[in-house]
Amino acid sequence: MQSLSTRHLLGIKDLNKRDIELIFETADTFKDVLNRPIKKVPSLRDVTIANVFFENSTRTRLSFELAEKRLSADVINFAASSSSVSKGETLIDTVNNILAMKVDMVVMRHPYAGAGIFLSKHVKAQIVNAGDGAHEHPTQALLDAFSIREKYGEVAGKKVVIVGDILHSRVALSNILCLKHLGAEVMVCGPTTLIPKYIGSLGVKVEHNLIKALNWCDVANMLRIQLERQDIKYFPSLREYTMLYGLNKQILDSLDKEITVMHPGPINRGVEITSDVADSKQSIILDQVENGVAVRMAVLYLLAGQTQ
Amino acid sequence: MLNPVLLDGQKFQITIQRLCRQLIENHNDFSNSVIIGIQPRGIYLAKRIAEELRKILPDKTIQQGDLDITFFRDDFRRPGSPLVPNQTRIDFIVEGKKVILMDDVLWTGRTIRAAMDAMLAFGRPEKVELLVLVDRRYSRHLPVAADYIGIEVDSIASQKVVVSWKETDSEDMIVLLSDVK
Repeated sequence: MQSLSTRHLLGIKDLNKRDIELIFETADTFKDVLNRPIKKVPSLRDVTIANVFFENSTRTRLSFELAEKRLSADVINFAASSSSVSKGETLIDTVNNILAMKVDMVVMRHPYAGAGIFLSKHVKAQIVNAGDGAHEHPTQALLDAFSIREKYGEVAGKKVVIVGDILHSRVALSNILCLKHLGAEVMVCGPTTLIPKYIGSLGVKVEHNLIKALNWCDVANMLRIQLERQDIKYFPSLREYTMLYGLNKQILDSLDKEITVMHPGPINRGVEITSDVADSKQSIILDQVENGVAVRMAVLYLLAGQTQ
Repeated sequence: MLNPVLLDGQKFQITIQRLCRQLIENHNDFSNSVIIGIQPRGIYLAKRIAEELRKILPDKTIQQGDLDITFFRDDFRRPGSPLVPNQTRIDFIVEGKKVILMDDVLWTGRTIRAAMDAMLAFGRPEKVELLVLVDRRYSRHLPVAADYIGIEVDSIASQKVVVSWKETDSEDMIVLLSDVK
């Protein structure tokens, strides 16, 4: 019998290599289940899960909800914008009220870093972090690495460059930690102002020239510029950013080798990536979304299976 | 205390042969029948039976698959239940087919209940039968009975029946282990 070394999924930081491999092996079986005529298994039929989203989301919320339903869990959804949070209720009160209705797990997205960790110390339920501020987004990193593994057979030894707004990106931090665990080489690329000063301490390379970065890598993960998190201007204009860091078909075709293009979504077409690249056969963006459901099923299944 | 061997060597082989003949009696040339082994231990029995059937019916196609039941178990979230799933490998549809489920040991019957649920994801079979190598009598928790039985064993709950296979454990053998913690 194997289980995860942690009771909550708060970040990749808490996982070890074996945990990640266990999640992948379980996700393989769930991917198989998702390709059957009947895509549902009864494992979590006595589990109730609350999706608590204090920040907007399309993919992650739908993906979690679908994963929960495929596992036969009971699901309740909560969006902060239409709730009593706007009347001044605290996070712990809100969640404790949800838990009073006999909820076993909470999937939470929150604009503040560490919100999931804070909550896990104050409530009984198991917490799955679906993104906390600019800190971590563990399930996205897991599905990204899972997609790389699916494409290349393994993650170890692969060269991955993460391009764009590294400073405000929770996807970047979780991806770096996850890929390093699995033995990949990681590089970050972007304007100086959007690369955190000490990011090198995580064991990643830093490159400011997009063409050099792309020529080095096997996989390019293109991130969105998170204008909603930027309180000051970090570069003169979006147009200039696109000219220096946007990926278009011309650049893609000029490279020595055929690289794989990824994007965690939502895409700003024409900014970090052009439409012809996003829709090209080198892009695995929609495979990432498909794998997201299987990976989240694996995480929920493995966490819920732990007996108290 | 020495653990008694219930079946091995030539007798083991004869039992497998007998089960194959019994299957042919009911399924003729297997044109509308499929074999499904239950993960993790039933797949070796299913593979062996399919292999022997192919020898007896060399010009017929014997379809055989592996079924994982992990997600359909009724002891999820209870202590001691296995968490990690195995592979399901069924590359045919069971719709309208006669399915022979195979497992090494029939004990409480809960695995078979789960297997019938899991199988429904692959269609509605015309008929489902159960073949087991060892039937531990008087220990059922559910009203489940096998159609084909290798040997019947009377055992108590603290004992365990272990089937080993030439392919994985170097020898065909059925052993009764006593006082398993």
